[in-house]
Amino acid sequence: MPPARIGYLPPITAALTLTLAVLAPRAHGAPPTPHAAAAPAGAVAAIAPDFERDDLDGQRRQLRSYRGKLVLLSFWATWCEPCRLEAPRFSHWQQQYGPRGLQVLGISMDDTAAPAVEFVHQLNLAYPVMLGDAELAERFGGVLGLPLAFLIDPRGRIIARYRGEPDLARMEAEIRAALPQP
Amino acid sequence: MSSIAAKLMLALALASLGAGTAAAADAKAAASIPAADLVEPDALAKSLQVPSASRPLLLHVGFRTLFVQAHIPGSEYAGPTGQEEGLTALRSRVLSVAKDAPIVIYCGCCPWSRCPNVAAAYHALRTLGFSHVKVLHIDQDFGTNWVEKGYPVAKGD
Repeated sequence: MPPARIGYLPPITAALTLTLAVLAPRAHGAPPTPHAAAAPAGAVAAIAPDFERDDLDGQRRQLRSYRGKLVLLSFWATWCEPCRLEAPRFSHWQQQYGPRGLQVLGISMDDTAAPAVEFVHQLNLAYPVMLGDAELAERFGGVLGLPLAFLIDPRGRIIARYRGEPDLARMEAEIRAALPQP
Repeated sequence: MSSIAAKLMLALALASLGAGTAAAADAKAAASIPAADLVEPDALAKSLQVPSASRPLLLHVGFRTLFVQAHIPGSEYAGPTGQEEGLTALRSRVLSVAKDAPIVIYCGCCPWSRCPNVAAAYHALRTLGFSHVKVLHIDQDFGTNWVEKGYPVAKGD
């Protein structure tokens, strides 16, 4: 099965698509229970939910403070092999496109910080990584499988979501296209 | 930073990454689970529409952050079995379970071929002598193949 992907969406299309995803009935199968744990995966806000927490080096980070930059928000974990493979590319992109306005932010979904700290230091990742949890995951519609990444435009709007094993070449092309204009 | 330096750093990072991926490759792949012991999501969902006493023992062998967000109602957390502490927890959980009891294990953390947990759990249970072990076949992830299909979900510990 190819990786699930909403893909790059022009902002207006993205907002409309995400709104429809919220309103759309479930595809099929048993009716949802009152205990449905997470909103449908498409049910993310057009504006990325703000959050604030410390990164693995103890520095306070807030998503909103990156307004004006193109943000690649990557949910990952050390136990996720595709995540381990994409992290060095994201780090490279941070170095290559950071001066043009890209900011990569990592959210580790590891159960504890220790393996994430080891991994980040081992690879000397060039972007901040924070520890995620169920509460933060649910703000983004649930993180019920990895890898998962969101591309957030300089105005804070989610313009693409990448789920499953990513097509990194296509992701990079979409990042380049969405970089802030000088 | 120059382009050459950036490429050098990337090469070094990928080289160091090799140690991790090699370790991961040591774990048995999900493909090692016999097809006869797989159960598809729709079939499992239908089979759960019976009195709880008739249900199999449902064990989540993945990661706690995923279990807390969403899991199959009635299932217990017993992972992550891709790691030794998870296997220990699984073995401990089934100590008092009859060897012919029906057990269904599932994870859904990652695409099926990349899951580090289900095969380790399956083979551990088979090695312990459990004869009726099934594995929920989650092709993409638990969100895609279970939650978004509208099957019953619970959350929390």
